[in-house]
Amino acid sequence: MAIRQCAIYGKGGIGKSTTTQNLVAGLASLGKQIMIVGCDPKADATRLILHTKTQETVMHLAADAGSVEDLELEDVLRTGFGNVRCVESGGPEPGVGCAGRGVITAINFLEEEGAYEDELDFVFYDVLGDVVCGGFAMPIRENKAQEIYIVVSGEMMAMYAANNICKGIVKYATSGSVRLAGLICNSRKTDREAELISALAAKLGTQMIHFVPRDNVVQRAEIRRMTVIEYDPKCNQADEYRALAQKIVDNKMLVVPKPLTMDELEELMMEFGLMDEDDETIVGQTAAQESAGATA
Amino acid sequence: MAMNREESDKLIQEVLAVYPEETGKQRAKHLMANDPELEKSNKCIVANKKALPGVMTQRGCAYAGSKGVVWGPVKDTVNISHGPIGCGQFSRAGRRNYVTGFSGINIFGDMNFSSDFQEKDVVFGGDKKLDTLISEIDGLFPLAKGISIQSECPIGLIGDDIEAVAKKKAKEIGKTVVPVRCEGFRGVSQSLGHHVANDSLRDWVISKRDGKEPTFESTPYDVAITGDYNIGGDAWASRVLMEEIGLRVVAQWSGDGSLPEFESTPRVKLNLLHCYRSMNYISRHMEEKYGIPWLEYNFFGPTKIVESLRKIAARFDSTIQENAERVIAKYQPTMDAIIAKYRPRLEGKRVMLFVGGLRPRHIVGAYEDLGMEVIGAGYEFAHNDDYDRTFKELQDGALIYDDATSFELEAFAERLKPDLIGSGIKEKYVFHKMGIPFRQMHSWDYSGPYHGYDGFAIFARDMDMTVNNPCWKNVRAPWKPAVSEDEAAAA
Repeated sequence: MAIRQCAIYGKGGIGKSTTTQNLVAGLASLGKQIMIVGCDPKADATRLILHTKTQETVMHLAADAGSVEDLELEDVLRTGFGNVRCVESGGPEPGVGCAGRGVITAINFLEEEGAYEDELDFVFYDVLGDVVCGGFAMPIRENKAQEIYIVVSGEMMAMYAANNICKGIVKYATSGSVRLAGLICNSRKTDREAELISALAAKLGTQMIHFVPRDNVVQRAEIRRMTVIEYDPKCNQADEYRALAQKIVDNKMLVVPKPLTMDELEELMMEFGLMDEDDETIVGQTAAQESAGATA
Repeated sequence: MAMNREESDKLIQEVLAVYPEETGKQRAKHLMANDPELEKSNKCIVANKKALPGVMTQRGCAYAGSKGVVWGPVKDTVNISHGPIGCGQFSRAGRRNYVTGFSGINIFGDMNFSSDFQEKDVVFGGDKKLDTLISEIDGLFPLAKGISIQSECPIGLIGDDIEAVAKKKAKEIGKTVVPVRCEGFRGVSQSLGHHVANDSLRDWVISKRDGKEPTFESTPYDVAITGDYNIGGDAWASRVLMEEIGLRVVAQWSGDGSLPEFESTPRVKLNLLHCYRSMNYISRHMEEKYGIPWLEYNFFGPTKIVESLRKIAARFDSTIQENAERVIAKYQPTMDAIIAKYRPRLEGKRVMLFVGGLRPRHIVGAYEDLGMEVIGAGYEFAHNDDYDRTFKELQDGALIYDDATSFELEAFAERLKPDLIGSGIKEKYVFHKMGIPFRQMHSWDYSGPYHGYDGFAIFARDMDMTVNNPCWKNVRAPWKPAVSEDEAAAA
């Protein structure tokens, strides 16, 4: 069977890396062979699988060796829980250099070195928050990831981000075979969250593939640099991640998303009370002006 | 005579002593005295490593390797320099890779297109501009067979998806469009550009006729010439010999070559590889995928030509072998006459070479045919497999220098006092000012061809007119003491 390549996107801080590693651990517990490719200079996409702070990255090793051509696959590939292969692209400190190029270089390197071996069932790319430049779109170019999952919550900004990511997917879907495979709701316990994300998914033409409830066991496991699946495989949250994993295994719903216009998105948020109706009369009014107006 | 190994090692130590400690330690790994008995180079010389800051390396970049070397000579393709204007402007005209035909009708390699990247293209991405540019080229030159996209640095940085553009436009204009990821910052020298360009030909050109009906009738004698860029007509001077021994040259890679020729190559019986460094990749690929063997040959100077013709003929039947002997016999008197004329004027002259990835070893035989000796040789961008092939070509003790620095080249020249230096345009004027005869061995100093029997006649003449040029008696660097009247009278 061909390798299924999936990319995980979503707003910064939404829990992409945590969700990805837990779900990958879930897939591993189902007997799947998986590789995670961290595409974020922070290099925190593999720490729960490897029990490390940060894995040595392709770009840092390349910088030490002189050039990426001097590296071998075994220099950059580590194996952790559930035989999951881990690679971090790595990149510069914030504010310097070009992180996007790091992603391009790392993925090219993995391809040329034959990291995409036949016995793999899944490759997961855990990508930096926003698709800020072409480099971060690398994982979804042709012949790379074909399925994209967006991690989202019921918060306004997370939904904005999800919608923007869909715009990026449309561009690459028209020139290649990449498709949106679903929204993963990583709950922030906002009101009617599951319902809201299901509604957003429906408008985008996709599905909410799973609702991951909030549970402190995730944090407890994370402090131990472990996934929930490994730390406490019997807890409810582990069942949730395994359920998500099983849904991804069975997922057949791959679509070209229909991103919402800003008006449509705001309408949806108003419908769920995340946002008030636009009141043109208050635009640009300071608090002082408002109170003066009220008394007048 | 070259220095013996001990003397060469001593000279290397003296030169290294000038460097700061760390630089000296690194450079030491790139310098050695030759031992013709050596089989493998990886224990005695380090190659294909990043040049050190401050040493003034003579190397180029991946873009130079792809656009300048591999793609530049292709005649029926328009090459786009994709990015800001500088790379396109300074890589115009190429390396005198000759082609036959009429500009704008059936040759297009002489056209210069740049996407002229501006600030806004970096910020918003250049894919749309590239799309437009390809349409414009197709409109301007509808007879061009294809278009190649030569990536400059910014393309790789901003992550433009030029593969998607290439695919879309190829469909739209019905022609081959090849994206080449030869961003200059990749790799340590132009060598990676050769590799990337080879891969682009593999992925976007030669596979196009896979599984389709052949477009021509095969013969048992079909070959392709690979790794010959037809500088000053080199490939033609080689091709005529292949044809004279009865082979049919289906394709030239890439000097005076064309896309249909490349696409036809998977049907040849043997790939004949001249420049191993720049085209071993595609040769190996065709061996793996299509089962076509490849053979390295050397057409510099009669000794190597004779050896190579026999080696090539041995891969075919007795007809070809007899032809080869006949051809060798036919040219022998001409070669003897050339040697009789020039050898007395060049006998014992000592040569230092510093060229790209092939010639420092390949051309030694031609000098030796003229009674000259190569006492030092080095490469800009060779890999270890090139050095493996070098040791047996050079004399014992000859100096070998990998990615030589400006300082090393000058220091070696001062000590070895060669009668001739063969290297590139960047090195040329330094040695002219030192009063040392010099030949530009990348583009044959506006001469050539140097390959084949025809080429040897020109090679011998050029070396003579350089080494024995009376002008060298009058060259004195401005900082050296003035010529005394006695000396002047003697000269």
